[in-house]
This record gives sequence, structure tokens and C-alpha cells, in this order.
Amino acid sequence: MTNGPIEARDLTKVFGRTTAVDRVSFSVRQKEIFGFLGPNGAGKTTTTRMLTGVIPPDGGTALILGYDMRTDPVRAKQRFGVVPETANAYTDLSAWQNLMLMGELYGLSRTRSKARATELLEALGLLDRKDQKVQAYSKGMKQRLILAMALLHEPELLFLDEPTSGLDVQSTHLILSLLRDLNRAGTTIFLTTHNMEEANRLCDRVGIIRNGRLIALDAPERLKAAIERVHRVEVSFDREVSGGDIAAMEVVLSSAREGDKWRLTVEDTDIAIREIVSFARQHGAGIVTLNTLAPSLDEAFLRLTGEVEP
Amino acid sequence: MNPAGLLEQARRAWAIAKKDIRIYYLKGPVLIFGVFMPVFLFLAFFLGSRQLPLSFLVSGLVGMTLFFTATAVSPAIFPWEGSAKTLERLASCPVRIETIVLGDMVASVLFGIAITAVTIAIGLAGGLPLLHGPTLGAAVLLAACCFSAIGMLLAVPPTNVPSNIMMLSSLIKFPLVFISGIFVPLEQLPGWGLALAICSPLTYCTDLVRYAFTDVSYFPVVTDLAALGLFALACTTLTMVLHRRTMPRRM
Ligand SMILES: Nc1ncnc2c1ncn2[C@@H]1O[C@H](COP(=O)(O)OP(=O)(O)OP(=O)(O)O)[C@@H](O)[C@H]1O
Ligand SMILES: [Mg+2]
Repeated sequence: MTNGPIEARDLTKVFGRTTAVDRVSFSVRQKEIFGFLGPNGAGKTTTTRMLTGVIPPDGGTALILGYDMRTDPVRAKQRFGVVPETANAYTDLSAWQNLMLMGELYGLSRTRSKARATELLEALGLLDRKDQKVQAYSKGMKQRLILAMALLHEPELLFLDEPTSGLDVQSTHLILSLLRDLNRAGTTIFLTTHNMEEANRLCDRVGIIRNGRLIALDAPERLKAAIERVHRVEVSFDREVSGGDIAAMEVVLSSAREGDKWRLTVEDTDIAIREIVSFARQHGAGIVTLNTLAPSLDEAFLRLTGEVEP
Repeated sequence: MNPAGLLEQARRAWAIAKKDIRIYYLKGPVLIFGVFMPVFLFLAFFLGSRQLPLSFLVSGLVGMTLFFTATAVSPAIFPWEGSAKTLERLASCPVRIETIVLGDMVASVLFGIAITAVTIAIGLAGGLPLLHGPTLGAAVLLAACCFSAIGMLLAVPPTNVPSNIMMLSSLIKFPLVFISGIFVPLEQLPGWGLALAICSPLTYCTDLVRYAFTDVSYFPVVTDLAALGLFALACTTLTMVLHRRTMPRRM
């Protein structure tokens, strides 16, 4: 049996009365970008921390690069890098000193540390600020430094917990394109996000977690396909029509009234519009507005995670 | 290279110690506190109680300086790093929890020794003859290890609020000074006082320093050294075991 770089088996973490992560199992394949998606409080960070050996699981096992995180964490940590949820460079040290510290903690030679640090700071646009204390860094700069710190020892596996949250378009783009390059060069990447769009653009497969449970695991295209079965149409008429009549239309899956508008969930937009037009003619009502709403990935995500009923 | 091997982990502990020194010890206020404390203790005791011989005073002050400096900063490092999340960074690096604790201990040992050297220098400048240099060196080194382990022991409760830990550590540190033959010579202590003194590693340190300066000690020198060594070993082991247990709760 060949193990993937990440094998999570029945990972469970309980904080007091909340089960933050509930028997989560999945495996990440060699050289893929795996997205771990979920709303706030779903258990993404807790799962990542168990996988990276920061907190021990209450149940289950995490095998990282073939090492059991319970019994052999140091060897595993030597070969992966971590970008945690909150930037955690030493703010009293400069970027350069932080990187040199990482070099020592990963057992790199001084010359290798210096060469790698220069290379990474250059790539991340921080080279001219390298001797400034991290205290004076902006959020985006801190996040880029954290990424450099995680990459200094050229890990074959990279964990990132919401690497782009709160960053501007430029920093986000810089980080995402760096991740893509790394992946092309063979690095396996595990990242958490609550941004479906980002996951879709970046990931080969995504796992969706909600209330501590893994509820879907698939390629983003497949998840998208699942949503595209459902569309929304907004319509309003110049006179009262009964909800029952609207719901009776064959194409309408569900309807809800919002102010003077009806919000309809339909299977097919084209058929829906034709039916609505003939419906209006039959009932002698004029159509005031008619909007079709493109299904967004975010909506799909909300639906999958159960925040919104379909 | 085996990243989990002892030698490699020791090297990484040294990296952590250097980081501590740079961030927590080489700070204006900490250094000023460190250097002024022995000076003020000297002045206070010297002016306050002229009947005590300088040799007795110095041995007590050396022990006290070492004890207070070696335990001054280290209990707060984990709470600080816990709330700054840098502890999480260390926890995701290929270092054992024991390595992190060892790194913090090494930094406080070095700080303790450096400041204690000031106290000793003041004593020597005051005309006190140093009779047993190597014994003094061994005593200071062993005691520094022991006290820094005690400092880390004070950091075991997994709170990320430094002031809580500082309060707790003052509550424990001050009584220890009173039972260690610093203010009252061991010879003059009543039976129960002596019984308490035996339980404090500071007693043996003070006794050794006294021997180094006056050639007289209450316990045999070997006993003092052995007791100090045992305390150092026991406290180090205990602090590592306990930190391994409580570390996950800091994250
Ligand atoms: N140290 C802790 N102590 C107590 N409860 C915790 C702790 N860490 C997380 N939790 C709880 O576990 C659950 C999952 O939290 P987690 O941080 O893993 O979510 P998340 O998916 O990362 O959310 P976000 O998108 O907001 O970062 C939450 O209910 C949270 O309150
Ligand atoms: Mg999170």
C-alpha cells in the first residue's frame, strides 16, 4: 500500500463540550493541491494543527510523509513547512533574523540559509526591507515573510491556513502564483480557505468541512457541476399573484417572497422564463422586473455547508 | 543528519537560547534591572546591618542574585510566546518540547551567571579574598542550572497571561530566600528552620559560596555539590515532563 503525504484517519478533537473535529479521514495525494474548505468555526485550523503536530488529537491518527505525528513528529516536521492562521514571526527580530532562526531550527548550514533567504525575500519583494523589525511590517508583508519562513528549508509538503485572508489583490496574487510554481516543481500543498473561488482556481481536490465533519470531498469542477443544476430567477408583477400559483409552475423548485419580488429556484433558466411569461399572460399580470441570477460558487458552498437551504 | 538526534536537538536548543537572549534579555530595562539589583542589594544590606561580616553578606547576595536573575525572565517566556503565537511557530518546527525548554533554560543560565559575576566582582573589589575559585565556579554553574529549571517550573501552569505567572513566581520565590540561610546563618537556625533549609537548593549554593570565600561551610563541600546537582537534575526532569504535558494547552 502506498501512502499519500497526508493520511488523516478518524482525527478527532474535543474542546470542552464542543467537538471541533469529528472523525475526519482523508488522504492527500503526492503533488496535488488539496483545499480544505469550510465556514468559520468549522474546524479547519484545528485539523491543520493536528496534522502539523501543534496539538495532539484526542482520537485518530495523522500520518505525515509516512511518519506518525504521535510518535515521530520531529522527522515529519523536518520535511514540511507551515504557514499558520496568525502570522507568527518574532516581531522584535528583523525578517532576516527570523529567517536565520528558522535556518538553525531546521538544521541548515549558514551559507544555505543565507542563499535561500535572499532568494525568497527577493521573490516575495521583501529584500529591501529585510533588516527592518517585523513590528513595522504591514499585514501583507508579514504574511509574505511567514511564507518565506515556511519555505526556507525547501519542504516537499506545505501546510497553509488561510494564506490569503485579509490580503489585497496584489499580495494574494503574488502568494497564489508562488504556490502554483511550487506545486509545478513538485511540492504537495494543503491549504485551508473559506473562499470557494480561490479553492476552485487553485486546487486539484477540495474537502468541505462543516461542524467538524467532512461532508464532501471532490474536484472543484464536480462541486461546481453539482450547483449548476440549480439557478435563481427574480420576478415581480404589477399585481398580486398567489404563491400557490407560482409554486405550481413545473419548472419552479422553490419560491420565496421578498418585498414585491418573487425569488424562484429553477432547474433551467430558459424554460423558467418561458413559463413565467405564459404564467403572467394567463393571470393577466404584467411583468415589472425579471432577473436571472448566475449561480455563484459561494452560493454552492453555502448550500453544501448547509447555511442556505436549496 | 538525524533531526531528532540528541546532538542536532542540542544545536537547535542553542538557536532558541540565542533568540531568547536577543529578544528578552538584551533589553535595556532587563539589563538595568540585572545590573542594579546586586548593587542595590549590596547597599541595602551593607548599610542596614553593619554587624554582618562582608563574607557572609557576599555569599548570601551571590546566591540571591543568581536565584533572582535566573528565575526573573524565564517564567514569562512561554506565556509571552503563547500569546504572540510564536510558540506555535516553534511547535511546528522540528524541535522537541524538551528542546524548547532547554533553550529557554540555557538563556536564563547565561543571564544568571553574567549578572552574578557583577555581584562577585563587587565582593572582590570590596577586598574579599577568593579562596576556592573552582568551587565557586562549579557552585554558580550548578546553581544556575537548578534555578533556571525552577524558573521554567514556575512557567508550567498553561496560562498565556504573563502577569499571572509573575505573581505566582514571586509568591514562591521570596519564601525560598528566607529559608535558605541568607539572612540568618545556618548555625543559628532552630531545628525546624534547618529542616526547611535542607529542602531549598539555594541553601547549598549559599553554603558553597561561603566556603569559596571563607574556607568554612556548614555542610561538607561534596554534600553541597551533590545536593545542588541532584536538585538541578530533578528540577530539570520535572519541568520537562510537566511542560510536555501542558504545552498543547497553550496553543
Ligand atoms: N483552543 C481552543 N479552545 C477551545 N475551543 C477551541 C479552540 N480552538 C478551536 N476551538 C473551537 O473549535 C471549533 C473549530 O475551530 P477552528 O479554529 O478549527 O475553526 P476554523 O474552521 O479554523 O474557523 P475560521 O474560519 O474562523 O478560522 C470552534 O468552535 C472553536 O471555537
Ligand atoms: Mg481557522
